[in-house]
Amino acid sequence: MSVRIHIPTPMRQHTQGQAAVEVGGSTVQSALDDLGKKYDGITQRVFENGQIRRFVNVYLNDEDIRYLDNLATPVKDGDELSIIPAVAGG
Amino acid sequence: MTSFVRGLRCRICGKTYPREPLNFCTEDFGPLEVDYDYEAIARSMSREKVTSRPNTMWRFRELLPTDGDPTVGFQVGGTPLIRADRLADALGVENLWLKNDAVNFPTLSFKDRVVSVALSKAREFGFTTVGCASTGNLANSVAANAAAAGLESYIFIPSDLEPAKILGTTIYGAKVIGVTGTYDQVNRLCTQVAFKYGWGFVNINLRPFYAEGSKSVGFEIAEQLGWRTPQHVVVPMAGGSLIGKVHKGFHELAKIGLIRNPACKIHGAQAAGCSPISTAVKNGWENHKPVRKPNTIAKSLAIGDPADGYFAAKVIRESGGWAEDVTDDEITEAMLLLARTEGIFAETAGGVTVAVARKLIDQGRIHRDEEIVLCITGNGLKTQEAVTDALEKPVVIKPSLEEFEPLVEKLAEPALV
Repeated sequence: MSVRIHIPTPMRQHTQGQAAVEVGGSTVQSALDDLGKKYDGITQRVFENGQIRRFVNVYLNDEDIRYLDNLATPVKDGDELSIIPAVAGG
Repeated sequence: MTSFVRGLRCRICGKTYPREPLNFCTEDFGPLEVDYDYEAIARSMSREKVTSRPNTMWRFRELLPTDGDPTVGFQVGGTPLIRADRLADALGVENLWLKNDAVNFPTLSFKDRVVSVALSKAREFGFTTVGCASTGNLANSVAANAAAAGLESYIFIPSDLEPAKILGTTIYGAKVIGVTGTYDQVNRLCTQVAFKYGWGFVNINLRPFYAEGSKSVGFEIAEQLGWRTPQHVVVPMAGGSLIGKVHKGFHELAKIGLIRNPACKIHGAQAAGCSPISTAVKNGWENHKPVRKPNTIAKSLAIGDPADGYFAAKVIRESGGWAEDVTDDEITEAMLLLARTEGIFAETAGGVTVAVARKLIDQGRIHRDEEIVLCITGNGLKTQEAVTDALEKPVVIKPSLEEFEPLVEKLAEPALV
Protein backbone atom coordinates (compact mmCIF):
# COMPACT_ATOMS: atom_id res chain seq x y z
CA MET A 1 0.00 0.00 0.00
CA SER A 2 1.40 3.36 -0.93
CA VAL A 3 -0.19 6.72 -0.15
CA ARG A 4 1.27 10.02 -1.26
CA ILE A 5 1.25 12.80 1.34
CA HIS A 6 1.62 16.44 0.30
CA ILE A 7 3.67 18.38 2.83
CA PRO A 8 3.06 22.11 3.39
CA THR A 9 6.04 24.44 2.97
CA PRO A 10 6.70 25.10 6.70
CA MET A 11 6.96 21.33 7.38
CA ARG A 12 9.36 20.49 4.58
CA GLN A 13 12.39 21.00 6.82
CA HIS A 14 11.41 17.59 8.25
CA THR A 15 11.20 15.90 4.84
CA GLN A 16 14.52 17.11 3.44
CA GLY A 17 12.65 19.69 1.41
CA GLN A 18 10.38 17.17 -0.34
CA ALA A 19 6.93 18.54 -1.24
CA ALA A 20 5.39 15.04 -1.27
CA VAL A 21 6.42 11.72 0.22
CA GLU A 22 5.20 8.11 -0.03
CA VAL A 23 4.02 6.26 3.07
CA GLY A 24 2.17 3.05 3.88
CA GLY A 25 -1.04 2.49 5.84
CA SER A 26 -4.66 1.42 5.59
CA THR A 27 -6.27 4.42 7.32
CA VAL A 28 -5.52 8.14 7.54
CA GLN A 29 -4.25 7.48 11.07
CA SER A 30 -1.83 4.74 10.09
CA ALA A 31 -0.61 6.70 7.05
CA LEU A 32 0.14 9.74 9.24
CA ASP A 33 1.76 7.44 11.83
CA ASP A 34 4.03 6.04 9.12
CA LEU A 35 4.87 9.60 8.03
CA GLY A 36 5.87 10.39 11.62
CA LYS A 37 8.06 7.26 11.81
CA LYS A 38 9.86 8.07 8.58
CA TYR A 39 10.39 11.76 9.26
CA ASP A 40 11.34 13.02 12.71
CA GLY A 41 9.52 16.02 14.09
CA ILE A 42 6.36 15.79 12.01
CA THR A 43 4.07 14.03 14.49
CA GLN A 44 4.13 16.81 17.10
CA ARG A 45 3.51 19.40 14.41
CA VAL A 46 0.37 17.65 13.13
CA PHE A 47 -0.99 16.13 16.34
CA GLU A 48 -1.76 17.37 19.82
CA ASN A 49 -2.91 14.83 22.44
CA GLY A 50 -3.59 12.30 19.71
CA GLN A 51 -5.88 14.60 17.73
CA ILE A 52 -5.10 16.61 14.62
CA ARG A 53 -4.32 20.16 15.70
CA ARG A 54 -7.13 22.72 15.58
CA PHE A 55 -5.49 24.75 12.82
CA VAL A 56 -4.39 21.87 10.60
CA ASN A 57 -6.68 20.43 7.93
CA VAL A 58 -6.12 17.03 6.34
CA TYR A 59 -7.64 16.14 2.99
CA LEU A 60 -8.00 12.70 1.44
CA ASN A 61 -7.81 13.36 -2.28
CA ASP A 62 -10.15 16.39 -2.44
CA GLU A 63 -12.24 15.80 0.67
CA ASP A 64 -11.68 17.16 4.17
CA ILE A 65 -11.38 14.08 6.40
CA ARG A 66 -13.82 15.67 8.88
CA TYR A 67 -16.55 15.03 6.28
CA LEU A 68 -15.43 11.39 6.04
CA ASP A 69 -14.54 9.23 9.02
CA ASN A 70 -11.76 11.47 10.34
CA LEU A 71 -8.60 9.58 11.28
CA ALA A 72 -10.36 6.24 10.86
CA THR A 73 -11.07 6.93 7.18
CA PRO A 74 -9.70 4.05 5.09
CA VAL A 75 -7.07 4.82 2.46
CA LYS A 76 -6.14 2.71 -0.56
CA ASP A 77 -3.19 2.37 -2.87
CA GLY A 78 -2.73 5.52 -4.94
CA ASP A 79 -4.69 7.84 -2.63
CA GLU A 80 -3.31 11.27 -1.88
CA LEU A 81 -3.35 13.01 1.49
CA SER A 82 -2.71 16.73 1.89
CA ILE A 83 -1.80 18.54 5.09
CA ILE A 84 -2.88 22.18 4.77
CA PRO A 85 -2.74 25.07 7.25
CA ALA A 86 -6.31 26.02 8.21
CA VAL A 87 -5.84 29.68 9.08
CA ALA A 88 -6.88 31.33 5.85
CA GLY A 89 -9.72 33.22 4.30
CA GLY A 90 -12.71 35.08 5.61
CA MET B 1 5.05 58.15 11.15
CA THR B 2 6.70 55.69 13.51
CA SER B 3 5.35 52.17 13.67
CA PHE B 4 4.12 50.74 16.93
CA VAL B 5 4.25 47.16 15.65
CA ARG B 6 6.66 44.89 17.47
CA GLY B 7 6.10 41.93 15.18
CA LEU B 8 3.74 38.96 14.99
CA ARG B 9 2.75 36.57 17.75
CA CYS B 10 1.05 33.15 17.67
CA ARG B 11 -2.37 33.26 19.30
CA ILE B 12 -1.93 29.68 20.53
CA CYS B 13 1.66 29.30 21.78
CA GLY B 14 2.83 32.92 21.93
CA LYS B 15 5.90 32.38 19.71
CA THR B 16 6.99 35.69 18.19
CA TYR B 17 7.93 36.42 14.60
CA PRO B 18 9.28 39.50 12.83
CA ARG B 19 6.99 41.56 10.57
CA GLU B 20 6.65 39.24 7.60
CA PRO B 21 3.94 37.97 5.24
CA LEU B 22 3.07 34.83 7.20
CA ASN B 23 -0.34 33.85 8.58
CA PHE B 24 0.36 30.85 10.78
CA CYS B 25 2.83 29.69 13.39
CA THR B 26 5.36 27.25 12.00
CA GLU B 27 5.24 25.30 15.29
CA ASP B 28 1.54 24.60 15.75
CA PHE B 29 -0.14 26.28 12.72
CA GLY B 30 -1.94 28.69 15.08
CA PRO B 31 -2.94 32.07 13.66
CA LEU B 32 -0.46 34.92 13.94
CA GLU B 33 -1.60 38.27 15.25
CA VAL B 34 0.06 41.70 15.16
CA ASP B 35 1.82 42.55 18.42
CA TYR B 36 1.78 46.27 19.35
CA ASP B 37 3.59 48.42 21.86
CA TYR B 38 0.46 49.71 23.61
CA GLU B 39 2.36 51.81 26.15
CA ALA B 40 3.96 53.81 23.36
CA ILE B 41 0.61 54.09 21.56
CA ALA B 42 -1.07 55.36 24.74
CA ARG B 43 1.58 58.07 25.03
CA SER B 44 1.15 59.09 21.40
CA MET B 45 -2.64 58.95 20.93
CA SER B 46 -5.42 61.11 22.30
CA ARG B 47 -9.08 61.79 21.48
CA GLU B 48 -8.11 65.26 20.25
CA LYS B 49 -5.44 63.88 17.95
CA VAL B 50 -7.89 61.36 16.49
CA THR B 51 -10.67 63.86 15.87
CA SER B 52 -8.30 66.43 14.34
CA ARG B 53 -7.61 64.02 11.47
CA PRO B 54 -9.76 63.38 8.37
CA ASN B 55 -12.85 61.25 9.05
CA THR B 56 -11.50 57.93 7.76
CA MET B 57 -10.43 54.70 9.45
CA TRP B 58 -6.84 56.01 9.29
CA ARG B 59 -7.51 58.55 12.02
CA PHE B 60 -6.73 55.50 14.23
CA ARG B 61 -3.49 54.81 12.37
CA GLU B 62 -1.39 54.12 15.50
CA LEU B 63 -3.57 51.03 16.11
CA LEU B 64 -3.26 49.82 12.51
CA PRO B 65 -0.24 47.79 11.39
CA THR B 66 1.36 49.73 8.53
CA ASP B 67 4.97 50.77 9.06
CA GLY B 68 4.66 54.07 7.23
CA ASP B 69 1.64 56.10 6.21
CA PRO B 70 -0.91 53.98 4.33
CA THR B 71 -0.46 54.09 0.56
CA VAL B 72 -3.71 52.36 -0.43
CA GLY B 73 -7.23 53.39 0.56
CA PHE B 74 -6.55 56.51 2.55
CA GLN B 75 -10.24 57.53 2.19
CA VAL B 76 -11.69 54.25 3.53
CA GLY B 77 -13.96 54.15 6.58
CA GLY B 78 -15.56 56.98 8.50
CA THR B 79 -18.98 55.55 7.59
CA PRO B 80 -22.16 56.85 9.27
CA LEU B 81 -23.47 55.58 12.59
CA ILE B 82 -27.19 56.17 12.18
CA ARG B 83 -29.74 56.50 14.94
CA ALA B 84 -32.44 54.11 13.68
CA ASP B 85 -35.65 55.10 15.46
CA ARG B 86 -38.10 53.75 12.88
CA LEU B 87 -36.41 50.35 12.80
CA ALA B 88 -36.22 50.48 16.61
CA ASP B 89 -40.02 50.92 16.74
CA ALA B 90 -40.50 47.97 14.40
CA LEU B 91 -38.25 45.77 16.55
CA GLY B 92 -39.74 47.04 19.80
CA VAL B 93 -36.55 48.54 21.24
CA GLU B 94 -35.63 52.02 22.43
CA ASN B 95 -32.01 52.68 21.47
CA LEU B 96 -30.80 51.39 18.15
CA TRP B 97 -28.01 52.46 15.79
CA LEU B 98 -26.77 51.14 12.47
CA LYS B 99 -23.08 51.22 11.54
CA ASN B 100 -23.52 51.60 7.82
CA ASP B 101 -20.62 50.13 5.88
CA ALA B 102 -22.98 49.62 2.92
CA VAL B 103 -21.64 53.04 1.90
CA ASN B 104 -17.99 52.39 2.61
CA PHE B 105 -15.57 53.70 -0.03
CA PRO B 106 -14.75 52.59 -2.68
CA THR B 107 -16.63 49.25 -3.07
CA LEU B 108 -19.55 49.53 -0.64
CA SER B 109 -18.64 46.97 2.00
CA PHE B 110 -16.55 46.74 5.17
CA LYS B 111 -13.95 44.81 3.19
CA ASP B 112 -12.41 48.08 1.98
CA ARG B 113 -11.11 48.50 5.54
CA VAL B 114 -9.16 45.24 5.59
CA VAL B 115 -7.99 45.64 2.01
CA SER B 116 -6.56 49.12 2.51
CA VAL B 117 -4.40 47.74 5.32
CA ALA B 118 -3.48 44.55 3.42
CA LEU B 119 -2.49 46.29 0.19
CA SER B 120 -0.55 49.01 2.01
CA LYS B 121 1.35 46.15 3.68
CA ALA B 122 1.71 44.32 0.35
CA ARG B 123 3.49 47.39 -1.01
CA GLU B 124 5.69 47.65 2.09
CA PHE B 125 6.70 44.00 1.60
CA GLY B 126 7.40 44.62 -2.09
CA PHE B 127 4.65 42.47 -3.63
CA THR B 128 3.58 43.50 -7.13
CA THR B 129 0.93 40.77 -7.49
CA VAL B 130 -1.85 40.37 -4.95
CA GLY B 131 -4.86 38.11 -4.63
CA CYS B 132 -7.62 36.72 -2.46
CA ALA B 133 -10.17 33.98 -1.99
CA SER B 134 -13.55 35.66 -1.78
CA THR B 135 -17.30 35.27 -1.45
CA GLY B 136 -17.68 38.54 -3.40
CA ASN B 137 -17.21 41.70 -1.37
CA LEU B 138 -13.53 41.07 -0.84
CA ALA B 139 -13.16 40.32 -4.56
CA ASN B 140 -14.65 43.75 -5.41
CA SER B 141 -12.43 45.50 -2.90
CA VAL B 142 -9.13 43.83 -3.78
CA ALA B 143 -9.77 44.36 -7.50
CA ALA B 144 -10.63 48.06 -7.10
CA ASN B 145 -7.94 48.97 -4.61
CA ALA B 146 -5.28 46.98 -6.51
CA ALA B 147 -6.24 48.80 -9.70
CA ALA B 148 -5.87 52.17 -7.99
CA ALA B 149 -2.51 51.11 -6.54
CA GLY B 150 -1.21 49.74 -9.83
CA LEU B 151 -0.94 46.18 -8.51
CA GLU B 152 -1.76 43.08 -10.52
CA SER B 153 -4.55 41.01 -8.90
CA TYR B 154 -5.74 37.40 -9.05
CA ILE B 155 -9.18 36.92 -7.55
CA PHE B 156 -10.53 33.43 -6.79
CA ILE B 157 -14.29 33.08 -6.25
CA PRO B 158 -16.89 30.32 -6.22
CA SER B 159 -18.15 30.28 -9.82
CA ASP B 160 -21.83 30.61 -8.75
CA LEU B 161 -21.54 34.05 -7.09
CA GLU B 162 -24.11 36.79 -7.69
CA PRO B 163 -23.57 38.39 -11.16
CA ALA B 164 -23.11 41.89 -9.66
CA LYS B 165 -20.27 40.66 -7.49
CA ILE B 166 -18.52 39.08 -10.46
CA LEU B 167 -19.03 42.11 -12.71
CA GLY B 168 -17.96 44.38 -9.86
CA THR B 169 -14.62 42.57 -9.87
CA THR B 170 -13.88 42.13 -13.58
CA ILE B 171 -14.61 45.83 -14.25
CA TYR B 172 -11.34 46.74 -12.49
CA GLY B 173 -9.23 44.56 -14.78
CA ALA B 174 -8.55 41.89 -12.17
CA LYS B 175 -7.80 38.35 -13.29
CA VAL B 176 -10.89 36.55 -12.02
CA ILE B 177 -10.87 32.80 -11.57
CA GLY B 178 -14.26 31.20 -10.94
CA VAL B 179 -13.80 27.88 -9.17
CA THR B 180 -16.45 25.15 -9.27
CA GLY B 181 -16.95 24.39 -5.60
CA THR B 182 -17.59 25.95 -2.23
CA TYR B 183 -15.76 28.91 -0.75
CA ASP B 184 -13.82 26.52 1.47
CA GLN B 185 -12.53 24.69 -1.59
CA VAL B 186 -11.56 28.03 -3.18
CA ASN B 187 -9.77 28.95 0.02
CA ARG B 188 -7.81 25.72 0.12
CA LEU B 189 -6.70 26.22 -3.48
CA CYS B 190 -5.58 29.76 -2.69
CA THR B 191 -3.50 28.59 0.28
CA GLN B 192 -1.62 26.36 -2.15
CA VAL B 193 -1.35 29.10 -4.81
CA ALA B 194 -0.15 31.76 -2.36
CA PHE B 195 2.82 29.73 -1.20
CA LYS B 196 3.68 28.26 -4.59
CA TYR B 197 3.75 31.58 -6.46
CA GLY B 198 4.86 33.90 -3.68
CA TRP B 199 2.07 36.41 -4.24
CA GLY B 200 0.54 38.61 -1.58
CA PHE B 201 -2.84 37.05 -0.79
CA VAL B 202 -4.66 39.47 1.47
CA ASN B 203 -6.51 36.81 3.46
CA ILE B 204 -3.77 34.20 3.44
CA ASN B 205 -0.14 35.25 3.90
CA LEU B 206 -1.09 38.90 4.61
CA ARG B 207 -3.97 37.86 6.87
CA PRO B 208 -2.59 38.99 10.26
CA PHE B 209 -2.30 42.56 8.93
CA TYR B 210 -5.46 42.43 6.80
CA ALA B 211 -7.68 41.33 9.69
CA GLU B 212 -6.56 44.28 11.82
CA GLY B 213 -8.40 46.66 9.47
CA SER B 214 -11.71 45.40 10.86
CA LYS B 215 -10.89 46.84 14.28
CA SER B 216 -11.70 50.24 12.79
CA VAL B 217 -15.41 49.29 12.81
CA GLY B 218 -15.15 49.05 16.60
CA PHE B 219 -13.03 52.21 16.92
CA GLU B 220 -15.53 54.24 14.90
CA ILE B 221 -18.61 52.92 16.73
CA ALA B 222 -17.07 53.91 20.07
CA GLU B 223 -15.99 57.34 18.83
CA GLN B 224 -19.35 58.05 17.16
CA LEU B 225 -21.26 57.14 20.33
CA GLY B 226 -19.21 59.75 22.19
CA TRP B 227 -16.22 57.62 23.22
CA ARG B 228 -18.08 54.73 24.77
CA THR B 229 -19.38 51.30 23.81
CA PRO B 230 -23.02 50.28 23.36
CA GLN B 231 -24.43 47.52 25.56
CA HIS B 232 -24.88 45.23 22.56
CA VAL B 233 -23.43 44.90 19.10
CA VAL B 234 -24.70 42.43 16.49
CA VAL B 235 -22.18 41.38 13.84
CA PRO B 236 -22.64 39.06 10.83
CA MET B 237 -20.25 36.10 10.76
CA ALA B 238 -18.66 34.40 7.77
CA GLY B 239 -15.04 33.55 8.60
CA GLY B 240 -15.64 34.90 12.11
CA SER B 241 -12.87 37.51 12.00
CA LEU B 242 -14.85 40.78 12.03
CA ILE B 243 -16.72 39.98 15.25
CA GLY B 244 -13.48 39.36 17.14
CA LYS B 245 -11.93 42.53 15.77
CA VAL B 246 -14.88 44.73 16.80
CA HIS B 247 -14.40 43.37 20.31
CA LYS B 248 -10.64 43.90 20.09
CA GLY B 249 -11.18 47.46 18.86
CA PHE B 250 -13.22 48.31 21.98
CA HIS B 251 -10.62 46.72 24.26
CA GLU B 252 -7.69 48.48 22.60
CA LEU B 253 -9.37 51.87 23.01
CA ALA B 254 -9.77 51.12 26.72
CA LYS B 255 -6.19 49.86 26.99
CA ILE B 256 -4.79 53.16 25.67
CA GLY B 257 -7.24 55.26 27.67
CA LEU B 258 -9.51 56.61 24.91
CA ILE B 259 -12.62 55.02 26.44
CA ARG B 260 -13.21 54.06 30.05
CA ASN B 261 -15.03 50.74 29.82
CA PRO B 262 -14.87 48.30 26.90
CA ALA B 263 -17.74 46.10 28.11
CA CYS B 264 -20.20 45.19 25.37
CA LYS B 265 -22.16 42.01 24.69
CA ILE B 266 -21.02 40.77 21.30
CA HIS B 267 -23.65 38.83 19.33
CA GLY B 268 -23.04 36.86 16.14
CA ALA B 269 -25.40 36.47 13.18
CA GLN B 270 -25.45 33.67 10.61
CA ALA B 271 -27.78 32.20 8.01
CA ALA B 272 -29.51 28.93 8.87
CA GLY B 273 -28.08 27.43 5.66
CA CYS B 274 -24.53 28.00 6.90
CA SER B 275 -24.38 28.31 10.66
CA PRO B 276 -21.26 26.56 11.98
CA ILE B 277 -20.45 29.29 14.52
CA SER B 278 -23.97 30.01 15.83
CA THR B 279 -24.57 26.25 16.11
CA ALA B 280 -21.38 25.90 18.18
CA VAL B 281 -22.42 28.78 20.46
CA LYS B 282 -25.95 27.45 20.96
CA ASN B 283 -24.65 23.97 21.79
CA GLY B 284 -21.84 25.15 24.05
CA TRP B 285 -19.16 23.62 21.80
CA GLU B 286 -15.64 24.98 21.92
CA ASN B 287 -15.00 24.11 18.26
CA HIS B 288 -17.40 24.50 15.36
CA LYS B 289 -18.38 21.61 13.13
CA PRO B 290 -17.71 22.58 9.52
CA VAL B 291 -20.60 22.71 7.05
CA ARG B 292 -19.73 20.86 3.87
CA LYS B 293 -22.25 22.40 1.51
CA PRO B 294 -23.56 25.80 2.62
CA ASN B 295 -26.98 26.63 1.18
CA THR B 296 -28.20 30.18 1.72
CA ILE B 297 -28.98 33.35 -0.22
CA ALA B 298 -26.47 35.09 2.06
CA LYS B 299 -23.56 34.00 -0.11
CA SER B 300 -21.19 36.53 1.41
CA LEU B 301 -21.54 34.61 4.69
CA ALA B 302 -21.34 31.13 3.14
CA ILE B 303 -18.11 29.92 4.72
CA GLY B 304 -18.62 26.39 6.00
CA ASP B 305 -15.29 26.09 7.78
CA PRO B 306 -14.60 29.53 9.28
CA ALA B 307 -10.92 30.14 10.08
CA ASP B 308 -11.84 32.17 13.15
CA GLY B 309 -14.81 30.06 14.22
CA TYR B 310 -13.13 29.00 17.45
CA PHE B 311 -12.21 32.58 18.39
CA ALA B 312 -15.60 34.01 17.37
CA ALA B 313 -17.45 31.53 19.59
CA LYS B 314 -15.04 32.34 22.43
CA VAL B 315 -15.54 36.12 22.16
CA ILE B 316 -19.32 35.70 22.08
CA ARG B 317 -19.26 33.43 25.12
CA GLU B 318 -16.86 35.56 27.14
CA SER B 319 -18.56 38.87 26.38
CA GLY B 320 -21.95 37.56 27.51
CA GLY B 321 -23.38 37.66 23.99
CA TRP B 322 -25.16 35.01 21.98
CA ALA B 323 -25.51 33.83 18.39
CA GLU B 324 -28.49 33.00 16.21
CA ASP B 325 -29.24 32.02 12.64
CA VAL B 326 -32.15 32.85 10.35
CA THR B 327 -33.80 31.36 7.27
CA ASP B 328 -33.66 32.80 3.75
CA ASP B 329 -37.25 34.07 4.11
CA GLU B 330 -36.39 35.84 7.35
CA ILE B 331 -33.33 37.37 5.64
CA THR B 332 -35.37 38.76 2.73
CA GLU B 333 -38.07 40.08 5.04
CA ALA B 334 -35.45 41.85 7.18
CA MET B 335 -33.84 43.42 4.09
CA LEU B 336 -37.22 44.90 3.21
CA LEU B 337 -37.82 46.03 6.78
CA LEU B 338 -34.46 47.82 6.92
CA ALA B 339 -35.05 49.48 3.55
CA ARG B 340 -38.61 50.58 4.43
CA THR B 341 -37.88 51.89 7.90
CA GLU B 342 -34.43 53.43 7.47
CA GLY B 343 -33.93 53.86 3.73
CA ILE B 344 -30.93 51.56 3.73
CA PHE B 345 -30.62 48.87 1.08
CA ALA B 346 -28.27 46.34 2.65
CA GLU B 347 -27.10 43.13 1.07
CA THR B 348 -28.28 39.73 2.29
CA ALA B 349 -25.78 39.79 5.18
CA GLY B 350 -27.51 42.95 6.45
CA GLY B 351 -30.80 41.04 6.37
CA VAL B 352 -29.13 38.31 8.43
CA THR B 353 -27.99 40.85 11.03
CA VAL B 354 -31.36 42.59 11.35
CA ALA B 355 -33.29 39.30 11.48
CA VAL B 356 -30.94 37.86 14.10
CA ALA B 357 -31.20 41.05 16.17
CA ARG B 358 -34.99 40.67 16.12
CA LYS B 359 -34.66 37.07 17.27
CA LEU B 360 -32.30 37.97 20.12
CA ILE B 361 -34.64 40.77 21.23
CA ASP B 362 -37.66 38.46 21.14
CA GLN B 363 -35.72 35.83 23.11
CA GLY B 364 -34.95 38.42 25.78
CA ARG B 365 -31.20 38.10 25.27
CA ILE B 366 -31.15 41.78 24.31
CA HIS B 367 -33.33 43.85 26.63
CA ARG B 368 -35.65 46.32 24.94
CA ASP B 369 -34.35 49.36 26.84
CA GLU B 370 -30.66 48.70 26.18
CA GLU B 371 -28.38 50.26 23.57
CA ILE B 372 -27.83 48.22 20.43
CA VAL B 373 -25.59 48.72 17.38
CA LEU B 374 -26.15 46.58 14.29
CA CYS B 375 -23.26 46.24 11.84
CA ILE B 376 -24.44 46.59 8.24
CA THR B 377 -21.47 45.38 6.24
CA GLY B 378 -22.47 45.39 2.57
CA ASN B 379 -24.70 46.98 -0.08
CA GLY B 380 -27.97 45.59 -1.44
CA LEU B 381 -27.25 46.67 -5.00
CA LYS B 382 -24.83 43.76 -5.16
CA THR B 383 -27.39 41.09 -4.22
CA GLN B 384 -30.55 42.31 -5.95
CA GLU B 385 -31.72 38.85 -7.00
CA ALA B 386 -32.34 38.01 -3.31
CA VAL B 387 -35.30 40.40 -3.13
CA THR B 388 -36.56 40.49 -6.74
CA ASP B 389 -39.40 38.04 -6.10
CA ALA B 390 -40.43 39.75 -2.87
CA LEU B 391 -40.99 43.14 -4.48
CA GLU B 392 -44.05 44.51 -6.21
CA LYS B 393 -43.53 45.35 -9.89
CA PRO B 394 -44.00 49.01 -10.81
CA VAL B 395 -47.32 49.94 -12.41
CA VAL B 396 -47.01 50.96 -16.06
CA ILE B 397 -49.43 53.49 -17.52
CA LYS B 398 -49.74 55.76 -20.53
CA PRO B 399 -48.68 59.38 -19.95
CA SER B 400 -52.21 60.53 -19.18
CA LEU B 401 -53.94 61.79 -16.04
CA GLU B 402 -56.95 59.54 -16.81
CA GLU B 403 -54.76 56.49 -16.39
CA PHE B 404 -53.15 57.75 -13.20
CA GLU B 405 -56.24 58.88 -11.31
CA PRO B 406 -57.83 55.46 -10.77
CA LEU B 407 -54.52 54.26 -9.36
CA VAL B 408 -54.24 56.86 -6.63
CA GLU B 409 -56.53 55.12 -4.19
CA LYS B 410 -54.87 51.78 -4.77
CA LEU B 411 -51.31 53.11 -4.40
CA ALA B 412 -52.21 55.04 -1.26
CA GLU B 413 -52.32 51.79 0.71
CA PRO B 414 -49.20 51.58 2.82
CA ALA B 415 -46.51 49.29 1.49
CA LEU B 416 -46.33 46.10 3.50
CA VAL B 417 -43.34 45.79 5.75
